[in-house]
Amino acid sequence: MFRWLPEMVSTYGGDIDAMMYLIYYIVGAWFLLTCGAMLLFLILYRRREGRRATYIEGNSLREAAWILVPCLIVLVLDLWIDLRGGEVWAKVKRHAPPSDHRVQVTGKQFNWEILYPGPDGQFGTGDDLQLDNELHVPVNKVVWVVLKSKDVIHSFFLPHLRLKQDAVPGRAIEAWFKATKPGRYEIPCAELCGFGHSGMNGFLIVHPADEYERWVKEHWPSS
Amino acid sequence: MSARVEVEERVSFFRTYVFSIDHKMIAKQYLAIGLFWAVVGGLLAYLLRWQLAYPDTEAPGWGFIGPEFYNMLVTMHGTIMVFFVAMPILLGAFGNFLIPLMVGARDMAFPRLNMLSVWTLALSSLVLLISFFVPGGAASAGWTGYPPLSAKPIYTGVNWGLNLWILALALEFASFLMSGINFLTTPINLRAPGMSMFRLPLLVWMQMTAAILFMLSVGPLIAGAIMLLLDRVAGASFYLPQGGGDPLLWQHLFWFFGHPEVYVIFLPGLGIVLEIFPVFSRKPIFGYRPIIYSTIAAGILSFTVWAHHQFISGMDPRLAMPFSVTTILISVPFALMVFAMIATLWGGSISFPTPMLFALGTLAVFLIGGLTGIFNGSAPVDIYIHSTYFVVAHFHYTLFSALFFAGFAGLYFWFPKMFGRMMNEALGKLHFWLTFLLFNAVFIPMFLLGAGGMMRRIANPMQYEFLRPLQPLNTFATIATILLLLAQLPFVVNFFWSLFAGKVAERNPWQANTLEWSAPSPPPHGNFDTVPVVYRGPYEYSHPSVSEEWLPQDRPTMPTATA
Repeated sequence: MFRWLPEMVSTYGGDIDAMMYLIYYIVGAWFLLTCGAMLLFLILYRRREGRRATYIEGNSLREAAWILVPCLIVLVLDLWIDLRGGEVWAKVKRHAPPSDHRVQVTGKQFNWEILYPGPDGQFGTGDDLQLDNELHVPVNKVVWVVLKSKDVIHSFFLPHLRLKQDAVPGRAIEAWFKATKPGRYEIPCAELCGFGHSGMNGFLIVHPADEYERWVKEHWPSS
Repeated sequence: MSARVEVEERVSFFRTYVFSIDHKMIAKQYLAIGLFWAVVGGLLAYLLRWQLAYPDTEAPGWGFIGPEFYNMLVTMHGTIMVFFVAMPILLGAFGNFLIPLMVGARDMAFPRLNMLSVWTLALSSLVLLISFFVPGGAASAGWTGYPPLSAKPIYTGVNWGLNLWILALALEFASFLMSGINFLTTPINLRAPGMSMFRLPLLVWMQMTAAILFMLSVGPLIAGAIMLLLDRVAGASFYLPQGGGDPLLWQHLFWFFGHPEVYVIFLPGLGIVLEIFPVFSRKPIFGYRPIIYSTIAAGILSFTVWAHHQFISGMDPRLAMPFSVTTILISVPFALMVFAMIATLWGGSISFPTPMLFALGTLAVFLIGGLTGIFNGSAPVDIYIHSTYFVVAHFHYTLFSALFFAGFAGLYFWFPKMFGRMMNEALGKLHFWLTFLLFNAVFIPMFLLGAGGMMRRIANPMQYEFLRPLQPLNTFATIATILLLLAQLPFVVNFFWSLFAGKVAERNPWQANTLEWSAPSPPPHGNFDTVPVVYRGPYEYSHPSVSEEWLPQDRPTMPTATA
């Protein structure tokens, strides 16, 4: 199923994909076992003349063990998924590396306003630059995004980087990524935000180091 | 204690069919309301699927759809299916019809309250119906109605449509709160002599748990809905940050209700399946008490999982893992129920009439729904699949299984008791196989679309470069949707034909044990000839002490043993 995933181009995307595969194999095995048992019983115990069903209530602990033991295995697998999931969640959300670049992304009906702090690295100064729907970043650098919204809730989605974070009015929410491959990737809005929601889309342009230098020179010639 | 019921010999047409206080007529009224909305919800599904497969083209039989109308379609499809189809059918129809019959009562504890609840739902339905025709159209902020989008008319362009949506939901909640009182009081106070709590059929346990979950969870949402309405019409700012409010407040209130609500719908569906499995396996349900205990455990756990809808909402990331753990933990009680159903089949003598096929279909479909829930429940995986078609596919596998597979199982099973006639088996089997295959043909592609990253609630996937290669999956799902809708025609024909011309049903056509089968088909007002006395649990099939394969709950003495 996960061969349908878009190409993965971030440092933590691989961990998220690995988590998906882990769950996929665990639940896939359960599905085959459970459905297999069901089909097998349906065939083995189909109604035939002269044979009577076995009277089993399954209330005593000895009988109920047939369902309690599998439940125990489910519990153990659940905890395994939780533990692995906790590690990946911490890597993505809790233990973020220090930033190399910062941008501010503001959602509004129906655009992403992308604000670059300029060479001084400070927002709210004269060298800030705002572009609509174009997020330029260098490859292999940690980029911090401060997410804001002017009107309703939007959701900043980078499918190729396995990043999604809501932008909520009244809050400044931080997210980060480190892109590993130059290219042009889409930034759709993933939360219903009004009649223009469909098509609210931006682009992440991941530049190789030298190309990024040129892009910076072009926009801030004095630096 | 036996229920006192005014059994009038002759009552007027209005008192019999319209303002009836008979729980069975009220159940049929709920069924009629639910089936009406199912048709509307199905047509909305056709239109929204058309738009996704062939964006901005004319839908046959309708015309141009476009993004604004599309938002209304997804919003109303979700609202209708959850609140106006699933709850009226699974709780309103099956709960009302079966609870008094199964516990051996002559009616619900409060028959007039029962009548009031169905008429409140009718009023609520009328309000929702009107909301389609006001200027600006019906609600279009998603069935979850997240503010600020839903809190200011300017954001959606919908004014009265959304106000009426809130009003309709408030009336719907009031209706089911009243039902809940009956669903609890009746099994607690009006059980027939000998019917102890642990002799109640599992369906009654499931309906009671659902009623408790609903009554405990709906309060915060009603408060939330009033605040939303005040934001809209009075300029309050409960959810608007510019006035000091917080959009996330709504999400917490909505999902504190919304997640238990999933089980409010699901448990009664499961109850239907748990009644049908033993009858056609000719075996006691495996682990009656463990099933009850795990139902209660699931009910309690369901109050601790709501924020798994909000992993990426901006709430404190430290909250994610505790909610992820409780969410994944809820798989344990449901796994127990699935294992119990499969263990019931073991050593059985299984036959496959239509109700059993639909019951087995419920189990198979729910299995996929439950297992795919693990993906969503895992916080890091949710970062990627949140708000994608993976989620859409997942909740259709859980709710479609409870609502349509279990609902149809129940209708085919209890139709003879409801209407006194049998449904046609050949048409029923045709209906099952078409529905089962086409349901999977609609929703398996959605898992793949979700893996591909396709977002929910976008009106035109072709606007995105990374989704364009996935478009054949959308087209496939749409064609399958149209066929799935057409596949319901055998049911419609079967239902109406059987209503008037089906084979006349005896009291107990399936040779089942529970009390409703001791009443005449259909039961008169007051249900039983004499109030039954209960001697044993509900699932004594193939008991070694009797020669028959079934042993009704109210059969007084054990006949001579043959074994």
